[in-house]
Amino acid sequence: MKVERTEIESRQSWREEIVYQRPKALSTTRTHYCPGCTHGIIHRLIAEVIDELGIMEQTIGVFPVGCAVFGYDYFNFDASEAAHGRAPAVATGIKRIYPDKMVFTYQGDGDLAAIGTTEIVHAAARGENITTIFVNNAIYGMTGGQMAPTTLPGQRTTSTWQGRDVAIAGHPVKVSEMLATQDGAVYIARTAVNSPANVNRAKGAIKKAFKVQQAKLGFALVEVLSACPVGWGLAPKEALVWITEHMIPSYPLGEFKATDEVKAIVG
Amino acid sequence: MESKVLMKGNEAIGEGAIRAGCQAYFGYPITPQTELLEYMSHWMIELGRVFVQAESEIAAINMCYGAAAAGARVMTSSSSPGISLKQEGISYMAGAELPCVIVNVVRGGPGLGNIAPAQGDYFQATKGGGHGDYRLLVLAPASVQEAMDLTSLAFDLADKYRNPVMLLADGLIGQVMEPVHLHDWTPQFVAKPWALTGAAGREKNVIKSIYLQPEKMEPHVQHLQRKYAQMRSDEVRYAEMMVADADIVLVAYGTASRVCQTALKLARSEGLRVGLFRPISLFPFPIQQISDLAKSAKMFLVAELSSGQMVEDVRLAAAGKVPVHLVSRLGGMQLTPEEVLVAIKELGGNEGGAN
Ligand SMILES: Cc1ncc(C[n+]2csc(CCOP(=O)(O)OP(=O)(O)O)c2C)c(N)n1
Ligand code: SF4
Repeated sequence: MKVERTEIESRQSWREEIVYQRPKALSTTRTHYCPGCTHGIIHRLIAEVIDELGIMEQTIGVFPVGCAVFGYDYFNFDASEAAHGRAPAVATGIKRIYPDKMVFTYQGDGDLAAIGTTEIVHAAARGENITTIFVNNAIYGMTGGQMAPTTLPGQRTTSTWQGRDVAIAGHPVKVSEMLATQDGAVYIARTAVNSPANVNRAKGAIKKAFKVQQAKLGFALVEVLSACPVGWGLAPKEALVWITEHMIPSYPLGEFKATDEVKAIVG
Repeated sequence: MESKVLMKGNEAIGEGAIRAGCQAYFGYPITPQTELLEYMSHWMIELGRVFVQAESEIAAINMCYGAAAAGARVMTSSSSPGISLKQEGISYMAGAELPCVIVNVVRGGPGLGNIAPAQGDYFQATKGGGHGDYRLLVLAPASVQEAMDLTSLAFDLADKYRNPVMLLADGLIGQVMEPVHLHDWTPQFVAKPWALTGAAGREKNVIKSIYLQPEKMEPHVQHLQRKYAQMRSDEVRYAEMMVADADIVLVAYGTASRVCQTALKLARSEGLRVGLFRPISLFPFPIQQISDLAKSAKMFLVAELSSGQMVEDVRLAAAGKVPVHLVSRLGGMQLTPEEVLVAIKELGGNEGGAN
């Protein structure tokens, strides 16, 4: 039966409410990410947080060499590319010139935990007042799926064909645990984007990490366990399950550090 | 305010930077440039500007990248091995068109080498150094005064061309103490609408060197080449001594040119017609001037503290019109005026006789 729209409206007293829309800080540029890649979710969370804090016009993002290399195209704020691993040094340079702007780095695990380990450790040690979003997908996505420092023991990659053998290739780097030991780091959390509940928690942690910077408390980092279905050779849905079953047991979620000052200001 | 003080070369470079309005310095200790880092650690903080002792030369150059992207006048300094580490960052800055002053107080190499004055980094400084199709403006001081003045100038040139500028000194220029005039320097500040300042009331700015499609990268690199062409026409700097009647023209920069100056006096006192041509800008290289001298002189004698690097550029400029010879010491050993004089005489510099 065909019902006139006005009739429904009068019967049900329709109310229009926008429940979801593109965050202002996110640009309309179509991303190049593979289907099922969760880089896009993490971008959206950052954009939502920036909108909610009303800081888009003060924000300067520093993007890595890795799959997120075109990050500067996907947001509507000032941004810089950085050499592979050097985003924390670039962010330090920007932040020291503009201590009142909001400066963040967005880095993969190869970028942050292999070639750029020195830069991230020292940015944390200096208590550099920046925010780092660390995307741990246990693989080198951009170069086609080689072993990352965070690749799990036994995980197959294009440079660990039989699975990562710790006798040959060593052990995974636990970034959040390591950085939490630095006095200059005031907020360190590990999150995941494998389920709606975890996505919400990840957003909460990202928001805290930006608020820490706003309150000028020191270095803040949020690690996000992220899916790389293409690199892992899994379907998008299976990749989310793989995070639950394999990554989280090795990389437990939670806050590794929140100083009393942080708790007092951002909860 | 004009005054004269005794200063070490490294300190004079720091002072030149401060007078040029350097807003941020990032460095890492290495001999023989460390006094520069120490000088900046004191004065930059005293003046409320930015000083960070970075965790490595790699971090230091990338901090420069960030601060330059934010629109600041920035400097880093190091010596040979540290400059090698900075090369990736320098290439990124050239690609992203970020102004920056980079000081290399050159020491003996290759490898860890030693800490004696040397000129073995000429190729690295003038031919690009890092990866890709780019150039730096390279200035080579021959005195403490010039080290200070060229450093100040380097900041203006970096801003003018949106390109990194290298001050190529050496261990002697860095370590020697000489009187310097501290004159006021009026920096030529330029507007930087491209800088990252937060996109308030304007379109967003992006600083990058990536152009994935070759169709977009080629015009970008062509644009860079046009800047280098402009440098070649507008920024050639040099000094010359008694070249007008010279049969043999010595060609040397930095410390080697000072040795040549003494050798020239010795030669002239013996009645030998010797002149000295000193490139101050190593890129752009004074090609035209050397080409012109090749018409009047009988030969060039290049003096270098390396196995012969600048000599290749002199040969290109002389274009086979006259012979180009080399006298050099390696590995941080110093040339003496007597050694240069011997080389002059061996080349027949005494044939012209007294006049
Ligand atoms: C100095 C340098 N070394 C190596 C590379 C090649 N490279 C590009 S991205 C990348 C790894 C990126 O992996 P990751 O940081 O984990 O990010 P993802 O692509 O997985 O998001 C490598 C090795 C480079 N661009 N520069
Ligand atoms: S390779 Fe992996 S990380 Fe990169 S875009 Fe594809 S799914 Fe995402």
